[in-house]
Amino acid sequence: MNKWTRRGLLTAGVLTGGALVVGIAIRPGNRNAELSPLVAKDGEILVNTWIKISPDNRVTAIVPHAEMGQGVNTALGAMLADELDADWDKMSVEGAPAHAEYANHIIPRFFLAPNLRAPGMVEDTINGAFLQVSKAMEFQITGGSMSVRGTGEHGLRLAGAATREMLMRAAAAKWGVALAELRTDKSFVFHDKSRKSAPYASFAAEAAQHMPPAHPTLKKPSEYRLMGKPLPRLDIPAKVDGTAEFGIDVVVPDMKFAVVKAPPVWGVKIATMDAKAAEAMPGVVAVLDMGEFAAVVAGSYWQAKKALEAVTLTFTPTDADKVNSASIYALQAAALTRAQAGEEGDADRDEGDAAGAFQSAATKVEAEYRVPYLAHATMEPMNATAWVREGKCDIWAGVQNPLGTRGAAADVLDMDPDAVTVHNKLLGGGFGRRAKPDFTNQAALISAKIKAPVKLVWSREEDMAQDHYRQAVTSRFAGGLDARGRAVAWSNHYLDRHDPKESALIPYAIPNQYIGYTEAKTHVPFGAWRSVDHSHQGFFTESFVDELAHAAKADPYQYRRAMLTGLPRHIAVLDAAAKMAGWGTPLPKGQGRGIALVESFGTIVAQVALVEIADGAARVRSVWCAADPGFAVNPDGFAAQMESGIIYGLTAAMFGEITIENGAAVQSNFHDYEMIRMSTAPEIDVQIINSGATVGGGGEPGLPPIAPAVTNAIFAATGKRLRELPVRKAGALVA
Amino acid sequence: MTVYQVTVNGQAKPIASEPDTPLLWVLRDEIGFRGTKFGCGMGLCGACTVHIDGVPTRSCQIAVADALGKAVTTIEGIGSADALHAVQQAWIAEQVPQCGYCQSGQIMAAVALLKTNPDPDDAAIDAAMDGHICRCGMYGRIRRAIKRAANGGQTAGQGAAA
Repeated sequence: MNKWTRRGLLTAGVLTGGALVVGIAIRPGNRNAELSPLVAKDGEILVNTWIKISPDNRVTAIVPHAEMGQGVNTALGAMLADELDADWDKMSVEGAPAHAEYANHIIPRFFLAPNLRAPGMVEDTINGAFLQVSKAMEFQITGGSMSVRGTGEHGLRLAGAATREMLMRAAAAKWGVALAELRTDKSFVFHDKSRKSAPYASFAAEAAQHMPPAHPTLKKPSEYRLMGKPLPRLDIPAKVDGTAEFGIDVVVPDMKFAVVKAPPVWGVKIATMDAKAAEAMPGVVAVLDMGEFAAVVAGSYWQAKKALEAVTLTFTPTDADKVNSASIYALQAAALTRAQAGEEGDADRDEGDAAGAFQSAATKVEAEYRVPYLAHATMEPMNATAWVREGKCDIWAGVQNPLGTRGAAADVLDMDPDAVTVHNKLLGGGFGRRAKPDFTNQAALISAKIKAPVKLVWSREEDMAQDHYRQAVTSRFAGGLDARGRAVAWSNHYLDRHDPKESALIPYAIPNQYIGYTEAKTHVPFGAWRSVDHSHQGFFTESFVDELAHAAKADPYQYRRAMLTGLPRHIAVLDAAAKMAGWGTPLPKGQGRGIALVESFGTIVAQVALVEIADGAARVRSVWCAADPGFAVNPDGFAAQMESGIIYGLTAAMFGEITIENGAAVQSNFHDYEMIRMSTAPEIDVQIINSGATVGGGGEPGLPPIAPAVTNAIFAATGKRLRELPVRKAGALVA
Repeated sequence: MTVYQVTVNGQAKPIASEPDTPLLWVLRDEIGFRGTKFGCGMGLCGACTVHIDGVPTRSCQIAVADALGKAVTTIEGIGSADALHAVQQAWIAEQVPQCGYCQSGQIMAAVALLKTNPDPDDAAIDAAMDGHICRCGMYGRIRRAIKRAANGGQTAGQGAAA
């Protein structure tokens, strides 16, 4: 790993097999005295960091992740409850407070030392070290498809199992019986011999006095009662009756409303502001030049919005004013040419002699691929409510990194982080966008300036203009086949590697491979966008391998399959998707199937898309998706994540493009940044393969295969190879 | 400021906002029915959909003054946790929402659809729902939930949660 970025830490390295490691996640020492005031109320007893038990025997799991539709509370709650033998019907799940004590040390530990198993004493030291690192990095993030496979597998399951042992020990001591004679069920401890039973609550206080065991015994899959069953999600009822509270729904008494406009060219400041007309408008409290943005504060959102339209702004000039999409691609082309000449760049993989094997190949295939910038466009525009007063700050918002939000606000306010409290709310979509603290910082700064609570709501136009975008990328390939059509050379140069670092690697056994990258920096702000680099690397690599298959006059499914040497999980997933789709059966004229296979975030996914061309337009009719996440904790929730990733990726594949003109984003709202809708959404069929391998992620892995599955299907139907997204750019081909 | 009344979910509500204020912001910030959501401000996404005299309407595109004398119904007016509307029940049965932000608008559109067309086919569902973006992409589940609600809560097809 080059440097310690949060995202880098989340996604560093390829996850490879390995036995489940236990004992890594129990927070070192007994911290209940420090933590109880943060989370326990109404007589609840904090048994360990993650579990409270109330006097009426309700068990509450404390989950350090943001709920943004992925069902994290349900899945993680079930993992903990299953190991604890808690009564699911009397179980609650609460978000962890944005406090350093709830920094997520499990994830860095999991990634940096996945197979380390040490004696108890050393474990404590190691975990203590990771906790310190996590605190320092303000690490409490929801991203990297990490919640279930990281926090759940290596945190909450262990916490549940450890708590169960602690409760049983307390019961054995109290009843004077052997530990081995006890059993647990639905939040009760039983001693069948003496016909004794008692609720967990009666042992919670005693258990909380003790150190958790470092290596509690985890259940085997055959012993699971909740994991692996389709549990209805806990967050859904409030989302159908209008009572779910998102960030935008927060009400603080006497709060004002703010709207903002930042310079459309990123990185510059307000040069001049004429606020006279706006200041005279009804309800306007203040018109503020905040340097990096202008703000209007008023008694209502509408008053503020109308007044902002009456504010005249100019911005400081910058070289970036001349930048446009074409100039960015020209810079990328020049950088790639230098990289291909060996003048710059680094290698992800350099095996054999890719250049030599290409030169002597019987068949040579070369191609350049390109994808544009993408906005996140969460349904809920960025918003935050802040109240800065008396040396402290409260922020109410839906964020993916509450602890980072707290630290960022403390920085801009010049406060101690302990003076900032983040109240995390439901997220109306995250996809990586809500890991950035720009909007929460703005709300805090405005509140500090006007000395009143303020709710800041971005317009959709501001949300699209001030995103942190998936980068635009060009990628060049040279592939060589031998006389029998077997791939012998794979050479790939691409730009702007972020995370996961292994995104451009291919699973195929091609003897000579060079995969490398270089940079072409722009002023366009980068942000992690659902599946990050996999979102475009999946398109690039799975399109080009399709090109090799066709150059070899081979079936694209069988061609891939033959190169998956020693990868039985990949083969099983590919076979399953092909079988679901009826691969190889005849199709009417104008239809085509495309297949793609991508492993990302620990989960292997293959998809087949069926595309129909009618009146020059491509329509994706069906998608078949097979996925191996090792084990799906909530199968219906996992399937929903696959469906969601497919539609999110299909929107990008068909329509998604932020173009840059005069240094700024051109697109502004859903009329020019279009989405898949009901009539354009394909039927999706998901099959889950529980292979028993290390548990993988769910939120992102459904996305990377869809774009290449679609463009490969378009090729199958039309013979036209699309090397640039979105598909709509192909003009007459699609409406 | 003129004070006037708008009828929301059967109750007459006094309104102080300027008459050109979109109904959306009056519902959310003045009356307190925050189940109706702001998504785009241009009538492009459907998140703010309410019923006006039973007709699904983008509340970000209608001034509150134009809702005077009409019956406004929001998500809070079609059912409650104790007495869910059949569409809401179907939404739970099919485990439709992910982030959930668009779902008030989706449900309002589905309720209106089923009122005029109790047994909609796919084309009718496309037509009624196409103005509603679900960024989490739950269109397949929405379609199944509408059919389930039309079918008295039963489905012959593949259910979500068992």
